[in-house]
Amino acid sequence: MKKIIALLLALVMVFALVACAAKTDAPAEETKTETAATETATEEKTEEATEEPAAETAAPADFKVGFIMLHDENSTYDLNFINGAKEAAEALGVEYVIKTNVPEGQECYDAAADLADAGCNIVFADSFGHEDYMIQAAKEFPDVQFCHSTGTKAHTENLANYHNAFASIYEGRYLAGIVAGMKLNEMIEAGEFTAEEAKIGYVGAFTYAEVISGYTSFFLGARSVCPTVTMEVTFTGSWYDETAEKEGAQKLINNGCKLISQHADSMGAPTACETAGVPDVSYNGSTMAACPNTYLVSSRIDWAPYYKYAISAAMNGEPIDADWTGTLATGSVVLTELNENVVAAGTAEAVEAAKAELEAGTRHVYDVTTFTVDGQQLTSSMADVDTDADYTPDTEAIVDGYFAESTFRSAPYFQLNIDGITLLDTAF
Amino acid sequence: MHKQSLFHISKRDALPWYQRVLICGGAILLALIVCALVTMLLTGENPISIYGTIFYGAFGTARKSWVTFQNLAVLLGISLAVTPAFKMRFWNIGAEGQVLIGCLATAACMIVLGDKLPNGVLILVMLAAALAAGALWGFLPSFFKAKWNTNETLFTLMMNYIATQLAAFFIIIWEVPKGAGKIGIINQNSEAGWLPVIGGKQYLLTILVVAVMTILMYIYLTYSKHGYEIAVVGESQRTASYAGIKVERVIIRTMVLSGAVCGLMGLLLTAGTDHTLTTTIVGGRGFTAVMVSWLAKFNPIVMVFTSLLLVVLSRGASEISSVFSLNHSFADILTGIILFFIIGSEFFLTYKVSLRTSKKEA
Repeated sequence: MKKIIALLLALVMVFALVACAAKTDAPAEETKTETAATETATEEKTEEATEEPAAETAAPADFKVGFIMLHDENSTYDLNFINGAKEAAEALGVEYVIKTNVPEGQECYDAAADLADAGCNIVFADSFGHEDYMIQAAKEFPDVQFCHSTGTKAHTENLANYHNAFASIYEGRYLAGIVAGMKLNEMIEAGEFTAEEAKIGYVGAFTYAEVISGYTSFFLGARSVCPTVTMEVTFTGSWYDETAEKEGAQKLINNGCKLISQHADSMGAPTACETAGVPDVSYNGSTMAACPNTYLVSSRIDWAPYYKYAISAAMNGEPIDADWTGTLATGSVVLTELNENVVAAGTAEAVEAAKAELEAGTRHVYDVTTFTVDGQQLTSSMADVDTDADYTPDTEAIVDGYFAESTFRSAPYFQLNIDGITLLDTAF
Repeated sequence: MHKQSLFHISKRDALPWYQRVLICGGAILLALIVCALVTMLLTGENPISIYGTIFYGAFGTARKSWVTFQNLAVLLGISLAVTPAFKMRFWNIGAEGQVLIGCLATAACMIVLGDKLPNGVLILVMLAAALAAGALWGFLPSFFKAKWNTNETLFTLMMNYIATQLAAFFIIIWEVPKGAGKIGIINQNSEAGWLPVIGGKQYLLTILVVAVMTILMYIYLTYSKHGYEIAVVGESQRTASYAGIKVERVIIRTMVLSGAVCGLMGLLLTAGTDHTLTTTIVGGRGFTAVMVSWLAKFNPIVMVFTSLLLVVLSRGASEISSVFSLNHSFADILTGIILFFIIGSEFFLTYKVSLRTSKKEA
């Protein structure tokens, strides 16, 4: 009998709890419906506003920004975008919505259209595979601006409301390469290995122009201070595969690479380096916390300047560039802080000097006098700038004695295999 | 005196329908209450507004509703495909691969023949290719099962990996631009091989096809001779062969049907909505379908509701993560709780729990 009473008592307590919860909920629900009502009201308003081009300058009050992210903040790549999005939207004081975990399929179109329905005046997407679905949405909503980072098609699509953006990240990679070269020099001087043994290992995702441009500029930066350096590159076939990246880094270390860098989004390569005690140049953001003894520096794209530019332009009814390239000068290409415990002496000064020359245009990353392809110095190179299924080379990229990267379109198109770099596998 | 347990558990006879509904409804209600408590304790958010957001995420606007019904159609279609095999007690967990291979066959036709055939002919070729590819993926494990009694669970599971690797291989061949590892929308400008859009509603075709499929599958399983054979083989293979049913033939025939329907879903995904091929295009729905089919006790009509529940939860989940800036995992926790209660209610449908009456004499 006691047991039954105890059971009944427990039940009563549970119901009491639920009842309390229900009570406190009631007023909250009312406010919820109210906000829903005002939301639909503003939606109607924005629709009216966009119908009449006369009312160009939308008040920031009903201006809304949408962001589409491939993953959530657990991916370093997306975290970098999410931070940029929040910084820009909060600096401009606009309302914003972030949709995370949007795959590169029809879901991206659905998400973009849904944001447009919800009254967003401008929608951003962060992953390469989102591009075609953003174009599809842009065609359907001519009054909403669609901006896609890392894409390649805006300059040939000729849609007034579809835009690409990227940054001259090869300049950041080049500066990070200088940090790597200085470190190699220090290790050579310390007698750890000979100058001829100085070899960098690089873990790439795909044999895609963005990756090729990245490791080549990194290598050229390193070779500008350490002339005997060579490089080996391995590919994982995925933008995020922690195991494959870790194994790739380990393979390179076993091959005798003295320093590692990577272009893929997991912590695989940095942690492999920390375990093996091999210096690492990271990407997308600092990995100092996890790898205090081996992390040197990281280059990354800061997306806040682009987001601020595009949102402000949309707010003022000004056109947005079809193809926007962020640079060192716009603050889009940045190096994270140097790990003073690991980098060689004088690194900060060397980086500053090179940065000043790059900004002034007196030094070019892909200066044809600094590299050869099949033993020959380049005088001409046709790049595949206008994306097509046959990869047709269409644009002369050598201008004034250097390969003009991110000039004819923002996304990288440098795809040459220069001497000194060995590709271990090119399956991907 | 020996102690007696407080509860007594015994198997029930078949329940009248209103009691089943009562138990299931009670389970869902309890699940919602537990979800509410967890929500309040973990996040401090108002649970009712969370439920409101789930509903808004699924049906808040016309577009959201269309997408929900499209997702419903895809999940239901794949669930229908696996059901005949399950009813036969053939554990086909290879729907993921069977759909993906259908997508691959469709994409191959669209890319290779896109500019060579008139659109009507191309779509017929795509349909044939997708059905054949799916059927082949269903035939192989069933043939080995029928001939050599191999384990169909492992076999169908491993066929998934083969399909994924094949898709990955061809994506590298057809990638645009070079090295990107992505195909992008196929024939975006010519729209060659795209299934026709009915009444300006992009997802209507998929929804209609699956609606017809649901009715056909119900008739096939309930009223046809094949359906009866499947049920008998599922109950007991020996009884079936004693009754003169050719068990091997039924197994192979049913799996070929399962695979072909999966292939058809692949066609609808690649040519009807996504217009692309990725290794993740099926998105785990081949496995979720197993649960949909089981929860509905292999009844196609009930499956409409079980898949609707799962689709609404997952659509609401993404809405929650963007509205409340909660991680997507939180929505998964809620889905987990709700499924726990629904699956748990199965226990109370099959068994009776009674309190022991104490036999104390005064």
